[in-house]
Amino acid sequence: MDVVVVNLPLYLEGFATTLLLLAVGGIGALVLGTLVAAMRISPIATLRVIATVYTEIIRNTPLTLVVIFCAIILPILGSDLPYLIAGMIALAVYTSPFIAEALRSGINGVPIGQAEAARSLGLGFTQTVSLIVLPQAFRMTIPPLINVLIALTKNTSVVGGVGFVSELFGVGRTLANANGDAVIAVLVGVAFFYLIVTVPLGLLATQLERKWVVQR
Amino acid sequence: MSGAGVLFDAPGPKARRLSRILSIVTAIVVIGGLGWMFATLNAPRESGGITLPGMFDAVRWTIVSDPEMWGFIIGVGVWGTLRAALVAAVLAVALGIVLSLMRSSTIGWIRIPTAVAIEFFRGMPVLLMMLFILLVAGTGQYWAVVSALAIYNGALIGEALRAGLVALPRGQREAALSVGMRPLQSKMLVEFPQAFRQMLPIIVAQLVVLLKDTSLAYIVGYPELLRVVLNNLGSFYGNRFLFTLWCIAFVLYLAMNLTLSWFARWLARRTDRRYHPGKVGPAPEDASQALLVVDAAAANNELGGQGR
Repeated sequence: MDVVVVNLPLYLEGFATTLLLLAVGGIGALVLGTLVAAMRISPIATLRVIATVYTEIIRNTPLTLVVIFCAIILPILGSDLPYLIAGMIALAVYTSPFIAEALRSGINGVPIGQAEAARSLGLGFTQTVSLIVLPQAFRMTIPPLINVLIALTKNTSVVGGVGFVSELFGVGRTLANANGDAVIAVLVGVAFFYLIVTVPLGLLATQLERKWVVQR
Repeated sequence: MSGAGVLFDAPGPKARRLSRILSIVTAIVVIGGLGWMFATLNAPRESGGITLPGMFDAVRWTIVSDPEMWGFIIGVGVWGTLRAALVAAVLAVALGIVLSLMRSSTIGWIRIPTAVAIEFFRGMPVLLMMLFILLVAGTGQYWAVVSALAIYNGALIGEALRAGLVALPRGQREAALSVGMRPLQSKMLVEFPQAFRQMLPIIVAQLVVLLKDTSLAYIVGYPELLRVVLNNLGSFYGNRFLFTLWCIAFVLYLAMNLTLSWFARWLARRTDRRYHPGKVGPAPEDASQALLVVDAAAANNELGGQGR
């Protein structure tokens, strides 16, 4: 345990980088994902096709491949982004189709009778969507979105693993190499920091889903 | 809300024309953008006095016609990936079955530690688990990768199966007990087979994730597709082929994952038709989302099903 206590500043630094990756990657993914979800329900056929192809391709590409593209291939193609930014871009791009799917499944979960009822009362498109559909879709969207964020938290480790950003996993690997006799303590320390993000989020998602599934 | 058509009036001739025009304009913009990217990448670049050929220049793609390279990629890379994924998948399903039975046990000191262990393994990055097993257990890279994938996905599959067990109609168990089966018999012969069939789509969806996650083995140094293509071949042919090699890895991964995804989707549709003939709307395709939904449904059922 001494290793963890002595290196606590290093751990906290790595944890801060992980949280930074999580925050920026998450916000980027939310923006991109909302855009993709909007494109998928748009009346313009080309936009729908583009969004569908994008979702299929990114969802079936391993994250490692995406990170390597941003961190190793992009510099060859002539970009000079710092690795941290490249990692954030990779995470945002990789996560965006999952966000789009979560949003879409939330909207699909609202029974069609709701929209029909609203339309038959004479509400227009904007009124139907903003007053009837979205408020109901919102509660069905939050638990899946939290789930996506949990996956994102765990995925930040890949950015460190490919080797250029010293976030939690990177710190853990460095410390494990430096302290060959206390590998277990070092890595359990790293796991602890991941768990204090993922476990509460997971409990929250389950709680909300349970609450709302009863009301539905 | 599958039919977005309810939200607005059916478009008239003007609106239809507008949407068609916009559709064509976007298509042109996108094709133009892709063409611009292609041209930019393909432009020869000056670097330190020498001119580098463009990314799609034939010089950079000569290796594609090398049969020995393909033999190496398929024989070592794809085989390495599939070998790890297959063994991990079998172990994960087996572990999932055991965990689900332990998690739904009536004995507290079996149930509660299992629940804690499942939460623990679900909340950790697989990569960290691989590193942990590699460094602590000293099993070598192959078994570190396989066992980390098996434990992580086993925990998720176990959770899905447990939710499936709880979500079964109560009458199944009651009927089994009333014809004289013991509780364990009822669970193994009546409840579990049904839960397994219902959760099969989620399990297969999770196995797609497992196949994708084998690429993490790149980081711990196991020679799977990505490492073979990028590192071994990358240093053999030299850096100027790195982009080409990345494209090859990309296409191969896409082919493997899309095949498995389509299979998972087909299976989900089939199960859906068979077990929920009256249900509207498809189940969520994403494994973690589907898990969330069954979990909540199971919790609802546990409370006595007041929600229905």
